[in-house]
Amino acid sequence: MTEPDRCAVAISNVSKVFNQGKPNEVHAIEDISLSIGEGTFVSLIGPSGCGKSTLLRLIAALTHPTRGDVGVNDKSADQARLDRDYGMAFQTSGLFKWRSVAENVELPLQLMGWSKTDRKARAAEMLDLVKLDEFGDHYPHELSGGMRQRVAIARALSFRPSLLLMDEPFGALDEMTREHMQTELLDIWNKTGKTIVFVTHSIPEAVFLSQRVIVMSPRPGRIASDIRIDLGERSFETREASAFFEKVTEVREALRFEESQP
Amino acid sequence: MAREIRRHERTEATRRTLRRIGVFVVFLVILALAYTGYKAFGQSLDDAQTDWPMIGRVLPRTDDLTMPPVSDIISEFTQPPQRNSDKPLAAFIAEAALFTMREAVLGFAFGVIFGLGIAVVLLRSKWIEQGVTPYLVASQTVPLVAIAPIVIIWGSTSLDWLPFEWTNWMSVSLIAAYLTFFPVAMNGIRGLRSADPAAMELMRSYAATRRQTLVKLQLPASVPYLFAAFKIAATAAIVGAIVGEISGGVRGGLGRLILDFASRYTTGPSRLYATVIGAALLGLIAIGLVTAAEYLVLSKRKEEPLAL
Amino acid sequence: MISRAFRGAAPATVVGLGGLLFWELSLLIINPEGFVLPAPSGIIAAFFDNFEEIWVASRNTGFIVITGLVGGVALGVLWALLVSRFRLANETLTPLAISLNAIPIIALAPIFNAWYGLLSPVSNQAIVVILVFFPVFINTTKGLTDVGATEIELMRSYAASSWQVARTVRIPNAMPFFFTALKIASSLAVIGAIVAEYFGGRQDALGPLIVQNAGLTRYTEAWAAVLAGSVMGIVLFVASGIFERVSMPWKPDAETIGA
Repeated sequence: MTEPDRCAVAISNVSKVFNQGKPNEVHAIEDISLSIGEGTFVSLIGPSGCGKSTLLRLIAALTHPTRGDVGVNDKSADQARLDRDYGMAFQTSGLFKWRSVAENVELPLQLMGWSKTDRKARAAEMLDLVKLDEFGDHYPHELSGGMRQRVAIARALSFRPSLLLMDEPFGALDEMTREHMQTELLDIWNKTGKTIVFVTHSIPEAVFLSQRVIVMSPRPGRIASDIRIDLGERSFETREASAFFEKVTEVREALRFEESQP
Repeated sequence: MAREIRRHERTEATRRTLRRIGVFVVFLVILALAYTGYKAFGQSLDDAQTDWPMIGRVLPRTDDLTMPPVSDIISEFTQPPQRNSDKPLAAFIAEAALFTMREAVLGFAFGVIFGLGIAVVLLRSKWIEQGVTPYLVASQTVPLVAIAPIVIIWGSTSLDWLPFEWTNWMSVSLIAAYLTFFPVAMNGIRGLRSADPAAMELMRSYAATRRQTLVKLQLPASVPYLFAAFKIAATAAIVGAIVGEISGGVRGGLGRLILDFASRYTTGPSRLYATVIGAALLGLIAIGLVTAAEYLVLSKRKEEPLAL
Repeated sequence: MISRAFRGAAPATVVGLGGLLFWELSLLIINPEGFVLPAPSGIIAAFFDNFEEIWVASRNTGFIVITGLVGGVALGVLWALLVSRFRLANETLTPLAISLNAIPIIALAPIFNAWYGLLSPVSNQAIVVILVFFPVFINTTKGLTDVGATEIELMRSYAASSWQVARTVRIPNAMPFFFTALKIASSLAVIGAIVAEYFGGRQDALGPLIVQNAGLTRYTEAWAAVLAGSVMGIVLFVASGIFERVSMPWKPDAETIGA
């Protein structure tokens, strides 16, 4: 299950407890170990409260484990954050309504001190990648939900991080837009070769996008199954192929197994 | 488990309130210390016979007449201000505060009814709302000092047809109402409109009349917004009452007391300070009452108070 | 966009003209002598008859209003920036400010007069500064701290410094809150200045002008001065609105009530 290439994310024996010692104590994650190879597309799926978002945030060093270690690109997660090794996309696009689309994409570059010309050039390049090159001067409120998420992805990729962390980015979109965005994301992944860790609620989405689906159990979250997806090059027909359905069923059963546990 | 969490939340809330009261007390102590410290500083300048040009212009002078010592102010509460009676100043202030409070409460009540009424009328059509709102806003730019004497004269001459005697302090209530209705109307309409559109459609599917929808859905939805307005309105009602008393020349309330002690400042500066402190306390009590009412009503309905 | 502005102003204009007409006509019909609320035509006439007097008074009051407004806004914004930086400061000082705002600030006027002298403008300016400070501080702090969790997480993922977060997120987010407060503060400043003038200050200002005329039962002249005060408040309100539009070009033409 581990790729022969370099390890992008190495999680060893990580547990996370919130509000330790108080009446509202929550054991979000219990003793998880996971390694993700460079260039792979991995999905995290599980019922609500299973800790998948928490796990993503541990990788992002936005929160820290109560026990265990998180390593990214052979450094500590914190160092990776300071070195800006990853880009992140959330369920709400988090675009700044007072900035134009291009200015939103430029945000991380501006924070890193890039010159104006360099920023503008890179932003234009990224908007091209997500096929929104004509919308640079528009404001977020003028864009649809799907378009806003595309801008968020462009922004996440703008400084060319090796790792992309995505927390249900298509969750708020309707089914048709969602499928379209999935194809676009795979397109970008094929072009750029990034490592992508993708949190989702949707079984078909996880199966369609990833090479590996990690199923998490309900709270306290543990890894229940680690399912390999070998569907080859994805296309519009993939979603209708019987191999796809078999994998979806496999994931669904992995999830259902957890629900029937006493 | 859920009960434990609720209890935990309640203790957190109590702890927060206590902390706020604590902060306020600390603030008062710091204020008193700064006041006294500044006086001492000014005194030392006097002793050293030096001059600071800022004092007297941007900073106050520090002699005992301009800035009576804190101990004097506190002890003044217990002194009788009138020669022929033993009643301490604190009693006078309390009576005057009650008088002003009565005006403010009545004005608040009028203002709430009137404000809600306006909100309901404006709810009817966006066109009416757009037409009337600018004038509501403009109405608040008319200074009270002007209105008060006019309202009082109008009240004493034109309202003799009422079955009871219309006293001057009732006119002051109208002034308090004038300042109250605006926040209530503005927040009221926001609150009425805040009803979930899905719930509105549900009422329509029940063929509910407009009034039923108003009473059963929109008014309850507006309660958190109204309480946010009530807090602003409570302060406004008290300010309106005090200023109304002052410019209308009404006796018996805090306004009159402040004026009296201001005009007789040189014979007892601490009295003015004590009265102003009394007025400040009245304002705080008013807000405290509204906040307590809000807590009771909203926690019963399991809602959160709206941040202003 | 201009035509849209006109269409937007139509209901208000209709209501306004209708109201004025109703006022004028009802007074013509009733026509009491020395009525306390005179007809609009009378007020406008008195306004122009006494124009120099009203203009001088407005200028003097306006000076207090503007200086107090500027001072209060500066203090309010500075404190808001400071307090938003430290969570502990926000949790202690903001509720304190809300409580302090419950005190009838105008009651401090006689004390300030004792401090600075009856004729000094500083006492009146101080009242205006305090009146303006509170809404500006409370609202701006709210705007600086009321930022979405996603936006903050995003900035943390960029390892952004607090100053970068303030500059790129908090300050732009706070601007609508600031302008709401500015509008409230500008009418408070005008009323505060005029009421404070009742207690002391120059005699050739709007407050004393109103009160003296009312005392002499020259109600039309009194109302003309009131009109001047009202106009000052409205002008400041509209100016704030223009300032807002200019500073926030990204804002769509949303409703102004709420948000």
